[in-house]
Amino acid sequence: MHFDPQSLASRAAHLAPTDPWPALGVVVGSVLGVAAFVTVLGLVLIYAERKIAAHFQCRVGPYRVGPHGTLQAVADAVKLLLKEDVVPTGSDHLLHILAPVLSFAGMVLCIIALPMGPHAQVVDLDIGVLYITAVAGLGVLGILLGGWSSHNKWSLLGAMRAGAQIISYELSAMLALLVAVLFSGTLQLSGIVLAQQEGWWIWRAHGAGLVAFVLFVVAGTAEINRTPFDLAEGESELTAGFHTEYSGLRFAFFFLAEFLNLFVLAAMATTLFLGGWMPLHIGSWSAWNAAMDMLPPGLWFAGKAAAVVFLLMWFRWTFPRLRVDQLMRLEWKVLLPIGFANLFFAAVLVVSGWYFFPTVAAAPVPQLPAAGSSDDAGGAP
Amino acid sequence: MDYLYVLVFVGFAAAMTLGGLGISRLVAPHAPGGLKNQPYECGETPVGPSWLQFNVGYYIFGLLFLVFDVEAAFLLPWATVLREFGVAGLVEAAIFGAVLLVGLLYAWKKGALQWV
Repeated sequence: MHFDPQSLASRAAHLAPTDPWPALGVVVGSVLGVAAFVTVLGLVLIYAERKIAAHFQCRVGPYRVGPHGTLQAVADAVKLLLKEDVVPTGSDHLLHILAPVLSFAGMVLCIIALPMGPHAQVVDLDIGVLYITAVAGLGVLGILLGGWSSHNKWSLLGAMRAGAQIISYELSAMLALLVAVLFSGTLQLSGIVLAQQEGWWIWRAHGAGLVAFVLFVVAGTAEINRTPFDLAEGESELTAGFHTEYSGLRFAFFFLAEFLNLFVLAAMATTLFLGGWMPLHIGSWSAWNAAMDMLPPGLWFAGKAAAVVFLLMWFRWTFPRLRVDQLMRLEWKVLLPIGFANLFFAAVLVVSGWYFFPTVAAAPVPQLPAAGSSDDAGGAP
Repeated sequence: MDYLYVLVFVGFAAAMTLGGLGISRLVAPHAPGGLKNQPYECGETPVGPSWLQFNVGYYIFGLLFLVFDVEAAFLLPWATVLREFGVAGLVEAAIFGAVLLVGLLYAWKKGALQWV
């Protein structure tokens, strides 16, 4: 099956010179689509988190509002909308309101660059991987600002912890990202997905992909401040950390950004290592590949992302929270050396063209003559 | 064009959050004052301001982060074209990484990675 991905942005760009109105329709449609997507996915994730948490603890969880409690998250959102917005005296009002805006913006800007299907991507930047790591930094800025501007000691301590944690784990996440970039030979997210047409990097890369996937998920969990790395809002130590002084809808936006960052992390792990929207192909075994192509790509993406989200929710009920010193030791003395060793191993694999089904691997980057010729020879003799 | 699109979504994010807060301002009760607006410290009246000087225990980590993050930024373009560079590119990046890893080992040996 031949995939020809096109982002909504490039579709609008193609339409714009001749038919400006349809192009504008694509822009407005994508904005409304993202708004609906963000809202609905946020509510679904909150419901899923509560229900999964409940079942891990042999509870029922939300059950009263709507069938099986499905409308509980909607009711909570309406409640937060109607709550008074309490701002503490002496706080920095401008920054206090800017913090949830920044958190939310960082999350939205990540979501628009994610390839959710060959035609379900809003913008397909040629530096997609770098772009995602850059705008994900806005979320950190939101947390730091929120903690600083609240004029509350708990908030400040939580924000400082979050800063230390996120910058540390950023490194491991980058080293894991680099492995996928090495194998795919491109920073464009749709290109990374296309490069996995013969198989996903998690199993095609002789272990390097698997190690990178584990590193990425662990470091990403720390970056989005989820248990076991939720020191920034450890409720038994810091009340609620950086969002202690947030109430009403401002809190809701922090919360929404946090839940959707969970999805962004899962979607990035899916795109880089689990093949994104690419069905499970095995080399050039056409019968198998044709059978796998029966499911639409969007469904593959949703299934994989949901599996990773479930894994992250499972983490929460499996591991106890780390102490600050344990957190720093894990990153700097365990994950970082493993990340460097893995990156070197991956580079050796790539240079020798030595991964499963290498012949077609160079297909998404045909403009590289050296890679094509060495791959065709079946790696170094 | 792609970045123009990104800009549209920056506007969208700001509009959605600020618009939501505006609606909330219209429908939610608003009665500030009294103890309600005190910074929350578990019911105690806060002593002194919160913006005080304290030892930020991670500035060494901040410095190390800067070194390795810049390294990662250098490695991103390297990773995209490694197949063209071949063995020479691998060796050069390995030397580059090794120099920085010696720095990490030095910091480790000095005890800079110990959280105090």
